[in-house]
Amino acid sequence: MSHRAAPPIQTTPAQRGIRLKVADLEVRLGRSGPDVVSEISFAVQAGEVLGLVGESGSGKSTVALALLGHARRGLRITAGQVLLDGQNLLALPPGDLRAVRGARVSYVPQDPSSALNPTLRVGTQLREALRVHAGVIDNPADRVAQVMQEAYLDATPEMLRRYPHQLSGGQQQRITLAMAFACRPSLIVLDEPTTGLDVSTQRHVLDTVRSMCRSYGVAAVYVSHDLAVVSGLVSDVAVMYAGRIVEIGPTARLFREPVHPYTRGLIEAVPSPERAEALTGIDGQQPRPGRRGAGCSFAPRCGHAIGDCTTEDPEPVVIAGRSVRCLRVWDIQATRPERAAAVACPPATTEAPTLSVRGICASYGSTPVLFDVGLEVPPRACVAVVGESGSGKTTLARCVAGLHSNWTGEITFQGAPLARGARQRGKDVLQRVQYIFQNPYTSLNPRKTVGQIVAQQLEQFVDLPFRERSARVVQVLEDVSLGGDFLSRYPDQLSGGERQRVAIARALVVQPDLLICDEVTSSLDVSVQAIIVELLRRIQQERQLAMIFITHNLALVRSIAQSAVVLCEGAVAESGSVEQVLERPVNPYTIRLMEDVPKLVGLERPGTSGSAASGRRVDP
Amino acid sequence: MAVNAPAASPAARTPPQNVKRIRRHQWASLLWVAIRTPRGAIGLGLASFVVLVAVIGPFVAPQSPYALVTLAFGKPNGQFLLGGDFLGRDVLSRVLNGGWLLLIMAACATALGIVGGAAAGVSAAYLRGRSDGIIMRTVDVILAFPQLVFALLLLSLLGPRLWLITIAVGVSHAPQVARVIRSATLDITERDFVKAAELQGMRPAKVMAKEILPNLVSPLMVEAGLRLTYSIVIISGLAFLGFGQEPPAANWGLMINENRIGLSLNPWSVIVPAALIALLTIGTNTFTDAFARVTIGVDRRPEEAALIDDLGGEVSE
Repeated sequence: MSHRAAPPIQTTPAQRGIRLKVADLEVRLGRSGPDVVSEISFAVQAGEVLGLVGESGSGKSTVALALLGHARRGLRITAGQVLLDGQNLLALPPGDLRAVRGARVSYVPQDPSSALNPTLRVGTQLREALRVHAGVIDNPADRVAQVMQEAYLDATPEMLRRYPHQLSGGQQQRITLAMAFACRPSLIVLDEPTTGLDVSTQRHVLDTVRSMCRSYGVAAVYVSHDLAVVSGLVSDVAVMYAGRIVEIGPTARLFREPVHPYTRGLIEAVPSPERAEALTGIDGQQPRPGRRGAGCSFAPRCGHAIGDCTTEDPEPVVIAGRSVRCLRVWDIQATRPERAAAVACPPATTEAPTLSVRGICASYGSTPVLFDVGLEVPPRACVAVVGESGSGKTTLARCVAGLHSNWTGEITFQGAPLARGARQRGKDVLQRVQYIFQNPYTSLNPRKTVGQIVAQQLEQFVDLPFRERSARVVQVLEDVSLGGDFLSRYPDQLSGGERQRVAIARALVVQPDLLICDEVTSSLDVSVQAIIVELLRRIQQERQLAMIFITHNLALVRSIAQSAVVLCEGAVAESGSVEQVLERPVNPYTIRLMEDVPKLVGLERPGTSGSAASGRRVDP
Repeated sequence: MAVNAPAASPAARTPPQNVKRIRRHQWASLLWVAIRTPRGAIGLGLASFVVLVAVIGPFVAPQSPYALVTLAFGKPNGQFLLGGDFLGRDVLSRVLNGGWLLLIMAACATALGIVGGAAAGVSAAYLRGRSDGIIMRTVDVILAFPQLVFALLLLSLLGPRLWLITIAVGVSHAPQVARVIRSATLDITERDFVKAAELQGMRPAKVMAKEILPNLVSPLMVEAGLRLTYSIVIISGLAFLGFGQEPPAANWGLMINENRIGLSLNPWSVIVPAALIALLTIGTNTFTDAFARVTIGVDRRPEEAALIDDLGGEVSE
C-alpha cells in the first residue's frame, strides 16, 4: 500500500493500480543535440495525481507533452518508455498513437481561451471530442451531458450553444476539462491549467480535477510552477530542475521535510499568507540545455555544494520515503531547513500621508472600472492593493501614475493635487512618483543597453555632468545587486529577474518619493520573486520610500506591506493594517479570498493529502 | 563548456554566450546572416551583378551610346556583341550606359517613400485619434489609385521631369509603407517601455524617434527592399511609356519600347535590358525575403524568443 517513490521503479505484480509508468524518458534537441530532459522515471496509480513542479525552463512541459508521445518542434523523444496500462505509447505507430490521444490519454492546456476554437460552439467542440473517437463511448449524446455535470457546468442546451468568448475563464477551463474527460481516459495530463485564473476560480477548477480523477480512477499528471496549488491537490510530487527530477515523493512528506537543497529553496521562497516572514530566494539562474556541464546542475546555486558536486553526477538516492538526486543528501537531511526570519513592522506614523486618493471613479471609454476608491499612503510605508483580475487594481495604479487620465476624484501627492495625465504633470512630480511595470519583458526597450535605459531616465530629470551621471547609474545598478558590467548589456541578454531589477534601478535612479509597483513579480519564478520582493523591501526601508504594492497574490502582502486595501470589482472591499485584513477579515469577499488562497499543505496541514492519497478507489 | 560560475554575486556570473544567437541591435550581423543563407546569397548576387553592370558600364562601354555604328537591328557579331538597335546603335554600349540613372532614381524614390511612409505610419499609430484618422484616410485615397496610374496622373499634370518622376513614384509608395509601418507600430506602442518614456515627460516626437523607431528597423529594411523592386519596375515602365529620359538617351525601359518592333530581327536589343531589370527585381526581392525570414526569428515577441532560447533553439526556420 506504500507509495512508490524511487525513480528506478520495481513493478511488482501486486501493484495493479499503476496506470502510468514512465521509465528513463529522454528528450533531446534534434537527434543528437543536448538533452532537454533526461532520466525521467515515475509512476502514477489510478485515481491519483502526480505533481510535476519546477520553474520555467526546467523541462516540465516537455515531459508533459512526451507523455502523449509528442515533442515540440525541434525536440525529439530519444529514449525511454511511457507505459500506459502496460502499453508503451512511444513505440506505437503514428496512427495508433492518434487513436490513443484524446481517448486514453488526454491533455488540458494552460490557456483555455486559446485552446478552444473561438468560431465553434462549445457543444460542438465537446461532441467533436467524442466523434473523433467513435465507439469509445456508447452513447455520445448522454455522455456530453454527463461530463458537463462532472465538470460542474450546467448541461443546458443554452450552455452548449455558447461560444467560448461568452464563458468566463473558469468556465472555459472546465469545458477543456470536460473535453479531456469525455472519452473516459486512463491518463490525463494537465499543463498549468489554473495559471491565469483567479484564486477562487482556480480552487473550483482544482476541486473539479480532484473529484473527476478520484471517481473514475484516472491517473493524472499535473504540471505547475505553483507549489501551493500542487500541495493541496496531488498525492505525489516530482520536483524538476534543469531537465531532471531532483526529488520525488509523497506530497505531505516532501513539503514538510524537503531534502534536496533546491526543493528547500523553492519552499522557502513561497510566501505565506499566515506569517510575516522574510522571503529567501535562490540566487542565480537555471542552466539551459547544452550548458549544464558536468556534475550536479544545481551546484552553482547550492549553499551546500562541495568540490565533488561540480564533477560527479548525482544518482537518485532513496531516503525518508522519497528519492533525491543529491550527493550530500545524508548530510543535508540531518540539518533542519532554516526558518525564515520574521519581518519587523515599522510603527505607524501620524504624519500627513505622502499620497492620498479620495473618491476616485475611473472608466475605460464608457465602461466604469473604479467606483469611489480611497487610499492613503503614509510616508515611509508600503500599502498593498490586492484584488483579483478585473478588480481595477492596475487601473488605480495607472491613475496615480498618470498613465490613465479618464478619472474623477482627487489624488493629493505631498499636499498638492495631481493632474490627471502624465502630460499635464510637472517634471518634478513625474520624477517623485515612479512606476514599475508588471512585465519586465516589455518595459525595457530591446534596442537599448541597460546603461542607456537607466541614464536616459536621469537625463530627462536631472542635469548632471557626464561623469557624475555615469557614477549614479553604476551606483543604482549596484543597489539592485547588478554590477557595472551590466551597463553594456541588452535586455534580451538578461533573465526575467535581472530585467525587473533594471526596471527597479530605472525608477530609483531619480530618487523618487513614491514607488508604485504594479504586479512586479507576477511574471517571475517563485525563487526570483522572493529575491525581488526582498530587494524592494530593503530599498523601501533604506530609502524611506512610500510605496504602493499591487498584487493578486495575497500571500505576498505579508512579506512587504504594512497596510492593505482589498479591491473587489472596482470598489474597496476592505482596508486596514495587514494583520487586520489578513487575519480578521470582516468583508465576506476578503474572507472568501483568504480561504481560497492555496497554501502549502505539507507545512500547514500535514495529513490531509495523505488521507486523500490512500482513499484511492476505482469506480467500475 | 559554459559552466556557470559560482553565483556568489550576480555580477560575477558569466554572461550568456550563444554563438547562434543573433543580437537584436547588430543589424550588420543580421544582414550577414541573411547573406549566408542560400536565398540571400542568390538574391544579393543577382542584384549586385546588375548594379555592377550599371555602375561600371559607362566606363567600359566600347562605343558611344549615341553613335550610329552598325546596321539597324543588325545581328550580333564579333565587333557588336549584342548587335544593333532600331537606328543602328550598339546595343551593348547602350545597355551599359542605360542603367545608372534608373538605379539612382529608383533609390531616391524608395528613400522618399520609406521616409514619408514611415513618418506617416508611426505618427498615425502613436498619436491615434484624429491624427490617425486624417493620415490614414489620406492614405486610403492615394491607395485607391494604382501606383502607375497615380504616377502618370501627376506627370501628365506637371509634365515629365526626372525629379518629378522620382517624387511621383516616391509619393505613390508612401501610403503602402505607411500601412505596414502603422500596424508594426501599433504593436510596439502597446509595450510598456513606451509608457515608461511618457512617464519621463518625453515629448511625443522624441518618443517616436528614440523609443519606437529603433524597434522598426527590421520591417523598414524589408519594406525598403520591396519598394526598391517596385520603384525599378514603375520607373522603367514609365520610361517604356515615354515618361522619363527623352530619346536619344540610353535607358533600359526606353530601349525595350524602341526596339520591340524589331524583336524578330535582333531579339537581344529587347531581351538584355528586360533581363537586367528582371534580374535586379528578382535579386532584391529574393534578398529581402531572406532578410525577412531571418528577422522574423529575431523579432518574435520577447517571451517567445526567451522560450526558444530556453530550449537552446536557433533562429532559422
